[in-house]
Amino acid sequence: MENSALIKTQDLMKIYPMGWKKLVALDHVNLEFKKGEFAGLVGPSGSGKTTFLNIVGSLDGPSEGDAEVMGKKVSTLSHKQAAALRKKHIGFIFQTFNLLPVYSVYENVEISLLLLGMTHEERKQKVMQALEWVKLADRAKSKPAQLSGGQCQRVAVARAVVKEPALILADEPTANLDAENSYNILETMVDLNEELKTTFLFATHDEKVIRYLRRKITLFDGKVAKDEQTTPHRKGENS
Amino acid sequence: MTLFKLAFKNLLGAGIRTWLNVVVLSFSFVVIIWMQGLLEGMNIQSSTAVIEAEYAGGQYWHENYDPYDPLTLQDAHGFLPDKLKSMIEKKEATSILIIQGTAYPQGRMMTLLIKGISPDQKIISLPSHFLNKETDDIPAVIGTRMSENTGLRIGDSVTLRWRDANGTFDARDATIVQVMRTMVQSIDQGQIWVPLEKLRELSNMEGEATLLIVDKDTKNPPQVSGWEFKSLDFLLKDIKQLVKTKTSGSSIFYIILLLLAMLAIFDTQVLSIFRRRKEIGTLMAMGFTRAKVIWLFTIEGAMHAVLAALVAALYGIPFLAWFAKTGFALPESADSFGFALGEKIFPAYSAGLVIGTTVLVLVITTIVSFLPTRKIAKLKPTDALRGKSS
Repeated sequence: MENSALIKTQDLMKIYPMGWKKLVALDHVNLEFKKGEFAGLVGPSGSGKTTFLNIVGSLDGPSEGDAEVMGKKVSTLSHKQAAALRKKHIGFIFQTFNLLPVYSVYENVEISLLLLGMTHEERKQKVMQALEWVKLADRAKSKPAQLSGGQCQRVAVARAVVKEPALILADEPTANLDAENSYNILETMVDLNEELKTTFLFATHDEKVIRYLRRKITLFDGKVAKDEQTTPHRKGENS
Repeated sequence: MTLFKLAFKNLLGAGIRTWLNVVVLSFSFVVIIWMQGLLEGMNIQSSTAVIEAEYAGGQYWHENYDPYDPLTLQDAHGFLPDKLKSMIEKKEATSILIIQGTAYPQGRMMTLLIKGISPDQKIISLPSHFLNKETDDIPAVIGTRMSENTGLRIGDSVTLRWRDANGTFDARDATIVQVMRTMVQSIDQGQIWVPLEKLRELSNMEGEATLLIVDKDTKNPPQVSGWEFKSLDFLLKDIKQLVKTKTSGSSIFYIILLLLAMLAIFDTQVLSIFRRRKEIGTLMAMGFTRAKVIWLFTIEGAMHAVLAALVAALYGIPFLAWFAKTGFALPESADSFGFALGEKIFPAYSAGLVIGTTVLVLVITTIVSFLPTRKIAKLKPTDALRGKSS
């Protein structure tokens, strides 16, 4: 898997019917991502970034073409198979954090592991480790409402990484954060990428995120306009 | 942390909405158990009362006797066979002779049943020992209802007229020696109790009886030709039927109550699914299948019933226990219900009633909780994450 493609799309198309017209959200997209990449889809709103992440995350299916994720063709997956793929191999980070308000920080992170049939002890160890990674172990018992936006997103990161997935899909993860928190989150993600070799794929138009990317794919009107390797600039480094 | 724990947390997280539903549902629990307990108490109380005062361990009826057809009374008497006589001698039974007659209380005329009973019998609780009282004419015992209707009081005299075994009219005065207070109308209303031997003598029916009441401890009563044994199951059939009718009537009340509670839960579930679409989408993104999310929401709804049972236990157990002790005072008019009720009903709550009600409410709540969740099956994860309905 090290050198083979983790994600591979072939003539991927997504078309949404809009009354009499059709909206082409993705237009013959051919991309490959390898394990351990720290890549991002950039482009203006409506360029197809989120749609691409949704298909790769098996939350949605392609209209034409296909996406192969971890060797599985998304178009052929049943609901159950898609759920199983997400459960084991994919973590999501959302713009609005999507933490469950009635659960504590610990429970929000633990929920990812519930479906994996781990023992209580295993779950506890992994959750606490994930909270250590995002430096929130001391807030394990807090509720999301008691945390700042940055802390909430760090919980969301912990929730995504706790099961040590092969792939983390982050849709505008810094859009609701101030600069300081954005950098902290990105630093955490880079550390996790380096430490766990987790593949990160972002959908973003935030310059702060773009500075951290090692590969930048520009989408425009659903097409790949540019696919380039970039030099990441971490916090404190001059661009 | 299981699905149950998640559901429980979600439920408590909904705050006041949950507690409102739980309180309404707990109210349904308590009212259903209370009302059913009242009816069960009514059943037990009236059955016990008629067993004590009228049926004991069952009755042998003369083959022509039909309590619902007064015209049969003329022929509904006969000599007691040896088997039955020996039961009376062993004080295992007592015989009753019933003839139709007319009374003339306060110058009025009223038809009634003249019932002869042995003053020394101990088989039923009817206070027949008063009939041992020495009077110039016939000593008679009546019930309070009969006393109320006729205006007869202890010491009053009333003329009785009847036809003897040969069809000849005869008449004699009777003196009321006791007015008995009884819950059981069927030994009171429209009847007068006199000593058995006296009635036999006056009606020219020596050694005859209409029915025979056997002791409560009688096991396997013998078959006797010309006499049919009526078991308690048969004799209490009318009471059971009456309770059943009243149960059906009262069930309408708690069906309405349950409907209101279920409507609240259904509404909560619909609202919950609508408001928590993002949460549903997040769970799906984390790998929950739709079926698991449906389960989670269904368990969450069904847990209303579990919480309601706990809340109902908190205030319901003291309330129901207090009620079972103090009873429910009946109005005067309750005497016309057709039940042997007395002045108060004491509810009876069986384990079956409590468990049955809990299971019923739990099952209905689960079904009602499940129905709105079917919407989740149609929800696309991407739409749910955007907070949209598919």
